[in-house]
This record gives sequence, C-alpha cells and structure tokens, in this order.
Amino acid sequence: MFYIYCPYCGEHREEEEFHPKGQAHLSRPTDPDACSDEEWGDYLYFRDNPRGLHHEIWVHAIGCRKFFNATRDTQSYEILETYRMGDAPRVTHFTDTQKS
Amino acid sequence: MTQPNRLDNGGRIDRSKHLTFEFNGRRYKGFSGDTLASALLANGVDVIGRSFKYSRPRGIVAAGAEEPNAVFQLGATEATQVPNVRATQQELFNGLVSQPTSGWPNLQFDFLGVFGSILGRMLPPGFYYKTFMFPQAAWETYEKYIRKAAGLGRSPRDPDVDTYDHLNQHTDVLIVGAGPAGLSAALSAARSGARVILADEQAEMGGALLDSRETLNGKPASNWVRDALKELSGYDNVLLLPRATVNGYHDHNFLTIHERRTDHLGDRAPANQSRQRLHRVRAKWVILATGAHERPLVYGNNDLPGCMLASAVSTYINRYAVAPGRRLVLMTTNDNAYRAAFDWQDAGREVVAIVDTRAYADGAWQDEANRRGIKLLKGHAVIDAQGKMRVTGAVVAGLNTDGTQLTGKGEVLNCDTLASSGGWSPAVHLSCHTGSRPVWDDDVIGFVPGKTVQKQLTAGAVTGCFSLADCLADGARIGAEAATNAGFNAEPAAAPSVRCRPETRPMALFCVPHYKPNSRAPKQFVDFQTDVTAAGIELATREGFESIEHVKRYTAMGFGTDQGKLGNINGMAVAAKSLNQSIPETGTTIFRPNYTPVTFGAIAGRHCNDLFEPKRYSAMHEWHVEHGALFEEVGQWKRPWYFPKPNESMQQALDRECLATRNSVGILDASTLGKIDIQGKDAREFIGRIYTNAWAKLAVGKCRYGLMCKEDGMVFDDGVTSCLAEDHFLMTTTTGGAAGVLEWLEFYHQTEWPELEVYMNTVTDHWATMTIAGPNARKLLSELTDDIDLDRDNFKFMDWRQGTVAGVPARVFRISFTGELSYEINVQANYGLHVWEKLFEHGAKYDLTPYGTETMHILRAEKGFIIAGQDTDGSVHPYDLGMSWAVKEDKPFSFIGKRGMKREDCVRDNRKQLVGLKTKDPSIVLPEGAQAVDNPNHPKPVPMLGHVTSSYYSANLGRSIAMGVIKNGHKRMGETVHYPLVDGRVVEAEICSTIFLDPKGERQNV
Repeated sequence: MFYIYCPYCGEHREEEEFHPKGQAHLSRPTDPDACSDEEWGDYLYFRDNPRGLHHEIWVHAIGCRKFFNATRDTQSYEILETYRMGDAPRVTHFTDTQKS
Repeated sequence: MTQPNRLDNGGRIDRSKHLTFEFNGRRYKGFSGDTLASALLANGVDVIGRSFKYSRPRGIVAAGAEEPNAVFQLGATEATQVPNVRATQQELFNGLVSQPTSGWPNLQFDFLGVFGSILGRMLPPGFYYKTFMFPQAAWETYEKYIRKAAGLGRSPRDPDVDTYDHLNQHTDVLIVGAGPAGLSAALSAARSGARVILADEQAEMGGALLDSRETLNGKPASNWVRDALKELSGYDNVLLLPRATVNGYHDHNFLTIHERRTDHLGDRAPANQSRQRLHRVRAKWVILATGAHERPLVYGNNDLPGCMLASAVSTYINRYAVAPGRRLVLMTTNDNAYRAAFDWQDAGREVVAIVDTRAYADGAWQDEANRRGIKLLKGHAVIDAQGKMRVTGAVVAGLNTDGTQLTGKGEVLNCDTLASSGGWSPAVHLSCHTGSRPVWDDDVIGFVPGKTVQKQLTAGAVTGCFSLADCLADGARIGAEAATNAGFNAEPAAAPSVRCRPETRPMALFCVPHYKPNSRAPKQFVDFQTDVTAAGIELATREGFESIEHVKRYTAMGFGTDQGKLGNINGMAVAAKSLNQSIPETGTTIFRPNYTPVTFGAIAGRHCNDLFEPKRYSAMHEWHVEHGALFEEVGQWKRPWYFPKPNESMQQALDRECLATRNSVGILDASTLGKIDIQGKDAREFIGRIYTNAWAKLAVGKCRYGLMCKEDGMVFDDGVTSCLAEDHFLMTTTTGGAAGVLEWLEFYHQTEWPELEVYMNTVTDHWATMTIAGPNARKLLSELTDDIDLDRDNFKFMDWRQGTVAGVPARVFRISFTGELSYEINVQANYGLHVWEKLFEHGAKYDLTPYGTETMHILRAEKGFIIAGQDTDGSVHPYDLGMSWAVKEDKPFSFIGKRGMKREDCVRDNRKQLVGLKTKDPSIVLPEGAQAVDNPNHPKPVPMLGHVTSSYYSANLGRSIAMGVIKNGHKRMGETVHYPLVDGRVVEAEICSTIFLDPKGERQNV
C-alpha cells in the first residue's frame, strides 16, 4: 500500500484515501471538433505504459478532493515526487542512485 | 499417562503446570511451555499425518515456521475451527483439540496407500494436467476425493465467536525477529530514543539463544536475553510484540503483523479480549533480522517419521526437554549440526554415529566428537532410511569428495532417529515480498537478500552471517544505523563476549546420490508438503521445463502452505544439476506474502457483519421498516423495494402500487438520488460543458433534464438540474452514480478548466426527498402548503418553488419520473419523517400509497424513461437511445461527448438502438438480458441483434412491456424479433415505441 504525500494537505496519507486517475499531462484538445477520428482516438484511448518513470494523476478522494500529479517508478513503485496540478515535474529522468 | 520421550531435567517448560490435550481423538498430557509438536514428540507420537500425493506416513520434522508436515486442524467446537496451524508454532493449552488435516480415512490405514501401486503411476509431476483432466466432467468427482485425501483443512461452518482487531502503527524502526541480531539492534535503536517495534513470531523472544548452550559474557545465553528484554520493556518508545509474525512486507515500508494474543490461552479468547490483531505498520526504517532455516539433506525415504532437522533435535532437547527418540544418527555437511549429537548424548541418549559428508572435516568439533567417544564417519552419507512407520535404520555409504558419487558398499546403522543438516538458508521471504530478487552466495551456500528499494536493512543470519558473535555485533551496528537514518543519534550497543569455536568450511551438498539413478532409487523427498521428489524434478526438466518457475508450477514444489521453506533450495539444486548449470543460473522462485498462513479473522478485523460496509439510510427509513417494506441495495443505500401487505405476493403488491399511483396518488422516498450543489459565476458555463443539452437560457425557478456522456460519447449518467439562482444550481444524479459524478466534475474543473469559477459539493444527505405522483398529487400538496401557488399555470411542469410544506421550509420541484402530475418535495433531512407522516395524515382520503424502487421502475418504463446503467451500458450514445432532443450540437463550447459521438463507429448504420418490445403473448414477461434473433432456426451461431434491458408486467396496461436494444431498431418499428430462452421456449416480440402510455404527455400537464 502506497504512502502518498498530498501536495495540498502537506501530509503523507495512506493510499486508501486516494484514487489513481491515469497518465498526467494530457490536455483535452482545444478544438475537439477539428480533430480527426485518429487524433481523437489517440486522446481517448492511447496511454503510455512505461517501465520506469511515469507521471500520473491522483486524487485525494477521501481528503481534500484535490487532483494532483505524482512521478512514480512503475518498477519499484517508488513515488519520487508529487506536485500540484499545473506545475511541471522536477523528476524527468532517473539519477544513477534512483535506477532500480 | 507417561511421556516416554520427556527428559527428567531441563527445558523452558513449567513442570508444575500439567496440561491435557487431544490429538486425532486421543488424549495426551504435556506441560505449560510446550508446543503442540513438542508435546506430541514427548508422548512418542510418530505419525502425525499422511502425505498429500502418495499418502505416506509423516512425522514432525522441524521446530518452527518451516514445519511442512505437522499442519493441523484446531478447535474444540465448530465455531472455533482453525485450519492450517503448524503444531510447532502452536503453544499447548489445557483442553486443546487437534486433528490431522491429512490421512483420510485414517492415519494408520489409508486409501491412497492401499491403491498406491495403481495410483502411483497416475501421480507423476503434473498429474493434475496429465491424468485428471479427461474426461473433463469427471474432474469434479476426482477433485472431491483428492482434496479429501490430501487434507487441506476445512473452514468452520459456524460463525467465528471471537473478535479480531486492526491496529495502525507508525514507527521509526521496525525490527523483524528477536533473535541475537534483532535484540542487539533493538538495544541500539531504543537507546537513541527512536520509536521501535520489535516483533517475533514466537511466544518467547530470543530466537536461537533460547535453545543455545553458548554463553554470553560467561553466562547462559538466556540470561542475556532476559536482561535485554528487561531493558527494552522499560522504554516508553519500544513496543515488544511476541507471538507476532511479520507476514507481509508491502510497498513504501508498509508491513502487516499478525499477532496471536490468546491462541495460547484456550480454544477461544477470554471475554472482552480480541483473539488476534493485525498491526498495519508504516515504518521509517525496517530491519530484517529474520534468521535462517536449516536445510535438510535429500536422501532415500527421508520422509519417514524419525527423520528430522538437526537443529530441531537440539531445540526439542534444550527448550522443551524432549528427546524425540533413543538412538540417533546425524548426517551433516557442516560443524554447526554437531550440536545436535552433543545435546542428544548429554540428554542421556545414544548417538550411533555422526555421518559427516566431508572427508576433510578435522577441527574442534570433530575433536569433541572423538573426545565424547562418538563414532564419526567422515566422507560418508546416509543414502536411505529404513523402516515402515518410523526409522529403524540408516544405510550409510562412502561419498566422493564432490558429493556426486558413492564409494564402496553401504552399511546399515540401527537407529530410530535420523537428523540431517545441509546448512542454513537465510529466511529471505520478507525481503522477496518487496520485489527484491535474492542473490546466491557461494560462501553462504544459500540465497541472501538482494538489493532493495525499501528503506530497509538486514542483520544477522539472514545476511548469511551464521556465527553468534557476528550476529550480535551486526545487529548492534545495524540497529544504530537504522535509528540514525530515521533521524536519531544512535551508537551501536556493546556486544556481549562469546566463546568462539572455529568451524571447518561446510560442504555444498543438497541431494545425496544413490547407487541407482534417482528415478529408480527409493523416493527422495524435496518438498514434503506437496510430495515432490528429486526424481520428479528431474522428470520435469527432462520434459522441457527449464525455467525454475515452470518447474515449480509443474511439480507443485513450494506450493504448499509452507511455501517450500524447507525444500525450495534443495529443489533448485536438483533442477540445476539436472540442467547441468549452477544454482544462480537456474535462479530462484520468489516468496510472496504471507510468510505463514493468516486467519481470515485477522484479515477481516472488525470489518464484518454490520461493519462490513457502511450502510446508508434515508430519514424515513424507520417508517419503511414499520410499514413492511422489503429493501433493495443501491450502492450503499437501503431503498424500499416494495411494500407488500400481509399475504400479498410481490406481483400483487406491485400491481396495487402502480394502479394506486396512476389512479390517485403514490409516494416514493427519493432521498437517495445524488444531489450536487454547484455555485460560482461560471457554474452555468460549466454545466453546459458537462451536459449534452443547452443550459444557457435556463431561468431561475426552472428545471431541466440532462444527459451526461464520457468523452467517447457514451451516456454514463442523467438527471434533472435546477437553476436556484444565476450562479447557483442543484444537480441530481443517479443514486449509484453520485460519488463518481462529483469526482468527474471535479476532474474537469481542476485539470481542464481551472479558470472557471465554480464550486461544488455533495448535498445528498442534507435533504430528504419525497415524490408524490398521481392525479391527486396537487390536491394533497395543497393541504400542506399555503405559500406556494400550485396553480397549473403559475407552477408549471419543470418549475421549482421555494416555500413551506407541513410547516417546514421546502423546495418543491414539479418534475416527473412517472409521467403523472408529480411533485418532489425536498426538506432538510431532519424534517423528512415529519413531512412524510403529515403527507400520510392528509393522504389517507386519497389512498396515498407508498411505492418502492420496483414500482418506480415499472412506471418509468411505461413512459419509456431510461435508467442510466440499466438501459445503457457504456456503449450507448444519446442517438442510440432516440434522445437526439437532449443533444444540442450548436453550443459554442464542444461539450464532453460531442466529438466522441461523431466517431466513425458512432455514426455507422446497424448500431444497437433502444426500442420498446411487446411480446405477442401479453402475459409473457421477457427475462432481462435475453438476446434477440431474427430467425431462431438459423444454423448456429445464430446472429444476435441485441438484448432486453428492462422488462416488467404493467398492471396499468394489462400486459407485459419491455425495452431493449436491437440492431438498427429505430428503423424496424412493427417488425417481429424472436427471443430464444434458456428453457427452450422462443418468445416472439414486436418492436415498438418505448413510450407505452400517454405518448402525448397529457397526464403530467394537468
């Protein structure tokens, strides 16, 4: 069970309080009607499935109800950072010591 | 009754406390301080079970968690049955009742044994796959008897009478194992002021020190243990948890500890005490001081009762004053196991011989054996145990230096106990739980914990350090390191001085060779619990299973409840040899939680019965109960399903409720519908982006129905939203969808449109909602309000008004899910019952009839109103539902779902569309889920057109009605489709409009 730092509450809380919401930093196309079926299909269904760093959205569902982002190693499950919606991740690649 | 194997002196048992217990229907005696296993051994009970596959007699092998055979069913009553208890870990108490879990029909005479010669051929590795799968239908018969004969224990048929607790713990340092390393670590960490939890699976802390004859600081080791525990228990920052197994090591240093608080006291817990606790620990740092398990050697008939681990022999003698036999032969690959022979001799029993597989063994231990006059056979091995129900002899032969071949002829040594030691395997189980792969170490001759991502350290024998002095020093150092890492100033505690005796290096030997190839030699067992032999593993590799994970699955090695604690390394060694590769090349299997079996009681804790799941009740719930309602679960809500009168069938009750509503007035408790309060200057814009229809012009005081889609264009919720003020709306959702919809709204607001100023919150529980529907609804309501103008033209359909109902503030919505004149009265939840009862006071003269969810479903289906989640399933868009009127495509903002429902697949022909269905025989109610076909006589597979989504008998129409999806259904009005049912009938139905009653909507416009 994960131990997740909510960047809004400023505390580590148990995973039971959170829901995962998938890949982060996806933007809804500004003009959906101008998208081809393929572009819209990519937005709807296609997600990264990396072995390693993954930026993903979580919501503090049984808490402050805020959505935020986490950078997680999908291999070790280590959460390297959490950050507020709209912020950019600081961890974008492994340092040597983090490599699992 | 005598205990023939009990020694006169010694042990950590209390001889003044006599205990009586029962095993397999017979009564025995033991002492306080015994385990069930030590007491059985004291009583000379040799056979304690039958093996899984070959039904061979089995005895106790080990003294701890690794015991594969003595796995019992405990419990004096049906309600206190506990399966899967290892006798070696169960403390004895007075009145304990235990049963072997294997050995049907009984221990001495067994079914598989008699048919063994026939069945033996049927039971090679993979026998499940090879033998019992054909014919498939017979598997159910096979399984029943195999399970019964194999003895996997059984669950109690009566509810558990005990209570179990969950405890959440946070700590700086969690130390797993209170042996020499763990205790030293705890002293270092505790002295720094760090919060420390020290957990150990045994009743007494001390681990190997409790049965050791070593001295620490010149005194018995147990004295040092006592002093250390005394110091630790004096610290407020230390929690000592004996009888507590750390069973799982999960992500982010989350560990579960299974503490057995009263299992040693009696069949059930004393009053007001929980039987077990599950500690859920979040630790800053974890120290694994889990020790090591001794590895038995693999040789012919090594499963005979009387074959034991060398260290177990020492433990039973020193800790429990039990010598489990008279004449011992010890086979060993290392010096450490010599202790067993010396302990045996000191207990006054005969050591027939020490059989050392090393020709080169020549040091202090061998000197002592010579001094004691013990026959020492170096460069020899036991190749075969003799005996039927217990060891009577050991066949010993010379062994070449690398342990691959026998030299010379065998000789028979008479003995009744055959102890063996192949060295020690570090207990890497918890380390493996974290995903860390163990690493082979040639010096250790075993796997040690691999690299970890957790904040975790290891100390003592688990690291492959087997000398007592090193374990104590290592523990002290690691304890200080963990506390320092957790932010404390810690120094290693001074380690006590230990008398060290140098050891000659051990030999890497796992399976003793035989004169015959393994496939023809007497059975050499690797995994006792699953009856896997060396020959079986070799056969698996010959059949092409080269990955150790495949070998494991094919042979079932390590699949028992012991997860192969004794046998796995030996099995890997056999596989490696057979594949002509090294053990590290062969790799290892991974242990998974839990380390030892955990009771369901501990896992469930208090989350059972009423506390299994939260239940939600409306403010009028008690009234419903008093008026005989039957309830339906909708999410967590308990909703009245229908209100039968005495002697009324369900259909009769539904008919009555439906007719009363359409003919006069009915009332529904609608409190459970999700209600979301939405405010802010951009609330209207926000709602317009979420719903498919138009919201720009909805005036204050008006309500509107809306459909909510996902981005793929598929309907996922619906409901009525009312405009309370220019910047204030009240959205209603389906009962089950409420939480999901709120999260959905928040997701879009927070991640896509944070620039919109909008705030939302759930107000579902704030309001009690009662719907009165029927031609007399207005008359009834007018008796209870004098400040709301109910005139049909002043308070129109799809209006809402604020006012007073039954003397309390209310919002009244003129909306309708029945097609009748209908008002939804919302009052503060606390007033709900009051208003409800007032309505009945005044409603008696109108035959006001309460109805439940089932009548609500029928009434709405008569009108063709959908239920999201019943008539939709995530693959249905608004056009499929025939609800294009609810989609406003020219809204300036491309609302959620708009682009999705324009995808190629969404605009193609032949989509499944929602239609009404009338059976040709009006008395037949189609089953929901039935599939439509055009031609039931079409050769199989018959093309399917779609399924029935809603189906009822309508008393108002005097016939059955149904809705369902049909390919291209909107263009097939009036056509006939066929529904072949499971019972062989084929029901004909005509495709029609979904609106069965009052198509012009005149009933609600009165």
